[in-house]
Amino acid sequence: MFKKTLNTEDTLENSGLTDEEQQLFSNARPQAYEPYPIKAVEDFANWARANSLWILAFGTGCGAIELRPLMTARFDANRFGVAGRPTPRQSSVFVIGGYASVKTLKRIVRSYEQMQGPKFVIALGICPVNGGMYFDSYNTVNQFDQYLPVDLYITGCMPRPEVLVAGIMELQKKIKAGECDGANRYVENFDWYKTNQKKVIKNWDMPDYNW
Amino acid sequence: MIVEGLGAWLSKIGNFSLTLLIVTTYGLLMGAFIERIIAKVQGRIGIPYRQPFINILKNFFKRTAISHGVMFYLGPVFRIAGGIGTLAFVPVIYGDEMFSNFSMAGDLFLVIYFMFFGQLGMALGAGESGHPYSAIGIARGLSQMTAYEVPFALAVISIVIQYDTLSITQIVAAQQGGWQNWTVVTNWVATLAAMLAFLGMMGYSPFDIFLAPQEIPIGPPTEFHSAYLGLMQLNRALFGATKLVLFMNLFFGGATGWLELMIKTFFIYMVAIIIGVAFPRFRVDQGIRFFFKIPTLIGIMSIVYVQMVLTS
Repeated sequence: MFKKTLNTEDTLENSGLTDEEQQLFSNARPQAYEPYPIKAVEDFANWARANSLWILAFGTGCGAIELRPLMTARFDANRFGVAGRPTPRQSSVFVIGGYASVKTLKRIVRSYEQMQGPKFVIALGICPVNGGMYFDSYNTVNQFDQYLPVDLYITGCMPRPEVLVAGIMELQKKIKAGECDGANRYVENFDWYKTNQKKVIKNWDMPDYNW
Repeated sequence: MIVEGLGAWLSKIGNFSLTLLIVTTYGLLMGAFIERIIAKVQGRIGIPYRQPFINILKNFFKRTAISHGVMFYLGPVFRIAGGIGTLAFVPVIYGDEMFSNFSMAGDLFLVIYFMFFGQLGMALGAGESGHPYSAIGIARGLSQMTAYEVPFALAVISIVIQYDTLSITQIVAAQQGGWQNWTVVTNWVATLAAMLAFLGMMGYSPFDIFLAPQEIPIGPPTEFHSAYLGLMQLNRALFGATKLVLFMNLFFGGATGWLELMIKTFFIYMVAIIIGVAFPRFRVDQGIRFFFKIPTLIGIMSIVYVQMVLTS
């Protein structure tokens, strides 16, 4: 639509794949997108995006248990346009529920890249901020924003669902103000994020960008 | 002469566009209304009425959309073409020239064909997405559709014999003059078979195995996103409302005004909803066996009933 131009080469190496698999996967780079040139249109689009947040139903840590009560009578996040979505293609919000182990990080990256932009990441709990109680674990990443761009942090161990609802409302405010451009940041600093991801994920047997 | 004919066609197309807009909006609003009722039953507040509209807008405002090939593009287009095509031949308001659409002699056949068309287009589109869950969802959806089409077709044949016409407008006309003339009273056997088929058609529990959000992430539309999904959501509202209008026309006496239409379609919809919230999901083999047993038998009985009782 309104693509930003980047000063990098066009294709990815996909060095994690065998020669046979190279043929099966796309090696195109992701694109960054400008907002609509007319501000009123972009504001309207942001209003629609903010009021229809579809959360990817992928529980990535102990915090995933805090997502379930959101749909119950006590919290009823449906009021704010929040709904669960079972497939990354259709969802726009990824809630990182607490610690991200290296094994899960690989799946998180795959799922995140399959989501269609604009997409938002909420980091739930203290673990994605600085490691929390798993700060010296051999198997979890400590600073999550080194691997994927985070739009909103909700800290605590564990934050209660009320806080998650408050965080979602905060995210809505940020989206309406046009401040959530995590998808663009990811693409613009793609090489940096990829290097960080490959540093911790040893068995990198997937394409560099999961289209 | 030609210009006059053109003018008539243009006004017909204009009227149809208006009907399309009203029916789609009505379908979306009713979807939200039903969601809110279910939410109230569960002790929640539920989504705002504008939510389905925002969801569709959001999907059209997505910045990226990837494709899996030509059929992947065409799947949602075929789907909405099936929805629009179905509505085009269903008279929405009886006796109103403006909302009779392109109703004509034999439109009942065309409508049944168009109802199938969208599903097949969707099957091709979802098949090209290459996702295994899509393929499973399609296999389940198409086999279930084949199963519920049997009692529905039998019920339709029954009322076609009963009213001796293939025109939906004439079927509605034959039911005018009070509730005692509705098909649900005069030919309750066919209505029963058709309402059982209707449960499968609406895709609510116990016949929602092809969507099954828990086991096969929502089935056929797994890979559809952005504007594709927006089109499919539009179609879901439009097609759902059209099916309700068709059932209202065939079995519940049609409607002579929008208020009557809304009341009748709401109660027809509630049949699927109430059964949906009360029963758990059938497995695909159970669902298909169910349709081939009791509803099919009732469908055959309805034809016998028409031949023995009504036309003798």
